[in-house]
Amino acid sequence: MKTLLQFKNVSKHYDKKTVALSDVSFSVNEGELVSIIGPSGAGKSTLLRCINRLIDATSGEIIFEDKDVLQIKNKSKMRALRTKIGMIFQNYNLVERLSVFENVLHGRLGYKSALVGALGFYSEEEKQQAIKILQSLGLDEQIYKRCDQLSGGQKQRVGIARALIQEPRVLLADEPIASLDPSSSKVIMDQLKKICSTLGITVLVNLHQLDVALNYSDRVIGISKGRVVYDGDPASLTDDHIQQIYGSDREALNLVVREPKEVAQKI
Amino acid sequence: MKINFLMKKRLYFLAIFLVLVVISIGSMSMTQFSIAKCFASIPKAIQWGFGNFYPAGDSFARLPEILLKLQETLLISIAAASVAAIFALFFALMGSRITKVNNFLATLSRFIANVFRNIDVSIWALVLLFSFGQSSLTGYFALFVASFGFLTRAFMETIDEVGSDTAEALRATGANYFSIVFQAIIPMSVSQLISWVLFMIETNIRAATLVGILTGSGIGFLFDLYYKKMDYHASSLVVLSLVVSILLIEQISNYVRRAML
Amino acid sequence: MAVDNQARSTLINGGGPSFQKERIKLRLMSKSRLAIRLTMLALAILTVVGFLTFDYRDVHLLKGIMSTFANFKTIFAQPQLAHFSLSEAIYQLLVTLSLGVLTTLIGAIIALFLGIFAAENLSNKKVSNVIKGFVALIRAVPTVLWVLIFAVSAGLGSVAAVIGMSFHSISYLTKAYSESFEELDAGTIEALEGCGASWWQIVCQAVLPSSLTSLISWTFIRFEINFGVSVAMGAAAGAGGIGYDMFMDSAFYYNLHEMGVITYLILVVAMLLEFMSLKIKNKVRS
Ligand SMILES: Nc1ncnc2c1ncn2[C@@H]1O[C@H](COP(=O)(O)OP(=O)(O)O)[C@@H](O)[C@H]1O
Ligand SMILES: [Mg+2]
Repeated sequence: MKTLLQFKNVSKHYDKKTVALSDVSFSVNEGELVSIIGPSGAGKSTLLRCINRLIDATSGEIIFEDKDVLQIKNKSKMRALRTKIGMIFQNYNLVERLSVFENVLHGRLGYKSALVGALGFYSEEEKQQAIKILQSLGLDEQIYKRCDQLSGGQKQRVGIARALIQEPRVLLADEPIASLDPSSSKVIMDQLKKICSTLGITVLVNLHQLDVALNYSDRVIGISKGRVVYDGDPASLTDDHIQQIYGSDREALNLVVREPKEVAQKI
Repeated sequence: MKINFLMKKRLYFLAIFLVLVVISIGSMSMTQFSIAKCFASIPKAIQWGFGNFYPAGDSFARLPEILLKLQETLLISIAAASVAAIFALFFALMGSRITKVNNFLATLSRFIANVFRNIDVSIWALVLLFSFGQSSLTGYFALFVASFGFLTRAFMETIDEVGSDTAEALRATGANYFSIVFQAIIPMSVSQLISWVLFMIETNIRAATLVGILTGSGIGFLFDLYYKKMDYHASSLVVLSLVVSILLIEQISNYVRRAML
Repeated sequence: MAVDNQARSTLINGGGPSFQKERIKLRLMSKSRLAIRLTMLALAILTVVGFLTFDYRDVHLLKGIMSTFANFKTIFAQPQLAHFSLSEAIYQLLVTLSLGVLTTLIGAIIALFLGIFAAENLSNKKVSNVIKGFVALIRAVPTVLWVLIFAVSAGLGSVAAVIGMSFHSISYLTKAYSESFEELDAGTIEALEGCGASWWQIVCQAVLPSSLTSLISWTFIRFEINFGVSVAMGAAAGAGGIGYDMFMDSAFYYNLHEMGVITYLILVVAMLLEFMSLKIKNKVRS
């Protein structure tokens, strides 16, 4: 397996006091589905945003496709990097007043010049591609609907479509199911799994729910207070590890402690 | 314990009440305002109003003249708000924390908008009087400057409120600045921005009357003219025409706002 | 599946008969898009019509703009007092500020009662509509006209100014207050009604305390507005204060330097008020 992404001693300080990431190192292989788990405030969102430079890490190296993304200074190179990295969000972050179709096509803006992008001109091939992706996600009926008329699960699928039309090598998902009901959550996680296994796109997903992470991922990275405290198989995650990741966060533990072992065995 | 708490709360309110009373008395003496005279004059004013302040007799002959000035005032208000909106959009984009180009320009545009907003429209009118005299342009520019200041702040807040999530998403796709602005920020906020412009037009019509009185132009000038000639029937007709047009515009704005949702 | 295919081919062909040739539409025209387009078009047309029909009175536009910039420069770069001392100017500023305080307080007290009866959840729909309509009517008359109308019987001066300005404050705050009351959770009121609390008890024990912060914030915003209005009323309607000095400088002395000092004074106070109002707003939100 080829390594696609590698963190080497990455730290991020927002200011002197808030240390969001400290000395984070791990690597991700091509075609893997990796879950990043941890309590809220652990630094999960910061970690993902460091990869596509929405946030600039303070120190360390982030190697993507054999190049350190932190060294990119040039604006057009930065944009080129971002086109290769799709991202989906907890709150979907769609332009709610525009149609589903337009929102999906926004994923092509990274390939366009300022004028063409600003005017929103897309080629017919891009439109065909968007339709194909929407069909594969079961959204072909909704294509001309305004996004504010969709359900949460549908909105998240539009978000996935917007990321897929970028033709990315890696997909970053920041708590994609945190605002969804259980059945929509399952649809979204199944889609992510499918994207990973059939399209070969590497998926990094931040999750709050431990059981989902154990169910779907090839590998789990547990972080707590900005440090990696677990990196390995979901199956070998023990109660001790869980205690270490979530600390005395009772709420999260209650969610989890029920039957992590059983869930782990199901995989 | 509990009684103590209640006592404290009462004392606190009593203190605030006393402070307010002192401030009021101070303000009254500063402005030489007398409550007695106030209460005496309200019934007198009402009586006078019903006796004199209504359109009657040959005041209707003035209607064409009034409507002409009213039309001019409405157009000035609309033109000022619309043109100001274009400039305000630019400054708001520069100043918003989401769409700023750099911190220096952001601070500068916020500062300019702040200065323009915090100087009252009447002052702008008095300054512009020097260059534009009694022409419509005095009123137009005074309203333009005031609208610009207000709309910049309103637009900036709207963009900050509405745009941050989508702007982040488009930035993550590698979209450039202009794509983010025209494909995400503007579509997200356009109906609210127009809503602010409509509000500004309503405000401008009221302010135009004031500016007109100060600078001798538009409908305000006409009111002042009749008022000083003590032709109260005609001046009441001016007021009536203003009220009708403001209420009408309010209705239209509300309708448009609902349609734009 | 058949339906699916059909839907797909309509999409791809944009509904037209030609196959794979026609451009695919990005969106369908909706009522809201149409409304936005038409509104912008209407505003653009009216603006152009306005510029074509303005009463220019032989004023040269470009020259006027250039001289305005020169005047701005005089005002902001060379402020200089001539007809009164700084302490007198500050005294007049305080008079203007006092007018703002007084009209805001009067407005707040009366609007509190009107606002309670104008809130649909505390009053009945009929009363609420009557008050709201009345208040909207008051607001439709510009403040300066209220002041001048009252001035006929009360004489030009602070009494007419206070009454006229209070009218607008009452109207503005009644609308704001009643909307704050209406935001109140219906459950709270019901729960207290269930306890057998009287209407006045509900208002005093539940409604007022829970909307107090937003009432204060609205009142302060109105105070900010009233400061500007009282400058204007000084200039246009004989209310005295700093606005009157400004008017004299502009209309009689033609003294831009002194206008500069006044502008700076007003700017400082206005910014201070805005800052305070912002602080209070933030406190209310958190
Ligand atoms: N823009 C920011 N400015 C300052 N501190 C921030 C910012 N974003 C996040 N933080 C802080 O960094 C830490 C990690 O946040 P985040 O990455 O959002 O965690 P998670 O996504 O795991 O909940 C938190 O303590 C948070 O308060
Ligand atoms: Mg997060």
